[in-house]
Amino acid sequence: MGWPARIRRIGRIAEHAPPQPLPITAAPALLRGSLQIRYVDVGSCGACELEIASAFGPIYDLQRYGISLVASPRHADALLVTGVVTRNMEAPLRHTLAAVPEPRIVIAVGDCACTGGVFTGGYGVVGPVSSVIDVDLEIPGCPPRPEQIVAALRSIVGR
Amino acid sequence: MTVLAMVAPAAQVAGVLLGAPLVAGVMRQVRARLEGRVGAGVAQPWRDLRKHLRKQAMTPSGTTVVFSLAPAVVAGSALLIAAIVPLVTTFSPLDRMADLFAVVGLLLIGTVALALGGLDTGTAFGGMGASRGITIAALAEPTILLSVFALSLPAGSSNLGVIVAATAHDPWTVLSVPGALAFVALLTVIVAETGRLPVDNPSTHLELTMIHEAMELEYAGPRLALMEWASAMRLTVLLALLANLFAPWGIAGAGSGAGGFLLATVLIAAKVAVLALILGGIEVFVAKLRLFRVPELLAGSFVLALLAVTTSSFFASAVG
Repeated sequence: MGWPARIRRIGRIAEHAPPQPLPITAAPALLRGSLQIRYVDVGSCGACELEIASAFGPIYDLQRYGISLVASPRHADALLVTGVVTRNMEAPLRHTLAAVPEPRIVIAVGDCACTGGVFTGGYGVVGPVSSVIDVDLEIPGCPPRPEQIVAALRSIVGR
Repeated sequence: MTVLAMVAPAAQVAGVLLGAPLVAGVMRQVRARLEGRVGAGVAQPWRDLRKHLRKQAMTPSGTTVVFSLAPAVVAGSALLIAAIVPLVTTFSPLDRMADLFAVVGLLLIGTVALALGGLDTGTAFGGMGASRGITIAALAEPTILLSVFALSLPAGSSNLGVIVAATAHDPWTVLSVPGALAFVALLTVIVAETGRLPVDNPSTHLELTMIHEAMELEYAGPRLALMEWASAMRLTVLLALLANLFAPWGIAGAGSGAGGFLLATVLIAAKVAVLALILGGIEVFVAKLRLFRVPELLAGSFVLALLAVTTSSFFASAVG
């Protein structure tokens, strides 16, 4: 079967959008309808990345709300930080944040980024993301489900 | 020279300014639908631009005026092309400037400004993107020149307005061997020149595979908006020019009234929308070419353009 026939047969993969979550007050009004995200892994096990990739995949389709991942922090409005901050990633995290133009927000994804999780007090660990930079929004879970990530990001863009 | 003809360049510039983000949006939306996604809607590039324009402008330390001016030069050259090429009418006061060589030169000014902006940041990826971008431009610009030159031979002029008017007068001239060859060559170089698949992937996150994106990695806020707007405008202008070179139906001539101008504006918008739909659809089925295969693709399109010129001059001399 050729690709055009396959595309016709499969049709729409994306699930129907769940009801719109309430917008959060911490989000700048400028980011309504369009949010570009630079994603930073500061010491994650990889589980949160899988869930983020799934949230941007065809089933949850975060791009339909105007949310996209970008290649450079200079293009971004939000930093999506996963994992507990390790000593080697402390300075890169600060530099990445400094490269994001205002207004910007920082989102911590997963228990490790929010609280330190099982790595709290470990060797080579600085602490949760909030001990290095200000965090505006936390998405708890180990790892958080794609639905949670989608709902949190939709509360910023209000779509 | 009517008042309408004076208004035409302004209408072209306004149309390209407002329509270019929508063209990018249509291509993304088609892609999303064919991939089984819902898509952000055709107006999403406009929402992104509106946001970037109001964000903080950042100048990376160590950059010079070259970095700051590059987006304005890229956007300005694209707008100048939009003003002079025959999109709505073949009978505008700027028409005598719409020479084939001038338009290709203006395109190259934009490409060079973009590359210099990338080089000026002094980052590894900026320099790499600039070197790749210039390599592709050096291979693509002669092909644009040659393929339009093939169309200019029957018309007997290198002025784009005269070429389009001649094709509008006798539409069968493009349905010939040189016309078909020139069309394929021109479409290939437009894809290469505007950084679309299979030459460059506009939605990549891998810096090592980037060409166009690598040069604008350091741009933020309003300058980034200008850069993205400009690249959408270049794509739109080139698609509109392609549409009018090969299918100039409905383009307003010297004797057209207000209705004719309105019809020409609607028609060119429709033609560009159809081309964007087709290009977006094709992009779903192709993968990015390995960088070292890109010169082969562009050399192939150059050969097609050369054949188009040869056959065109053969037919021209046979008829004349």
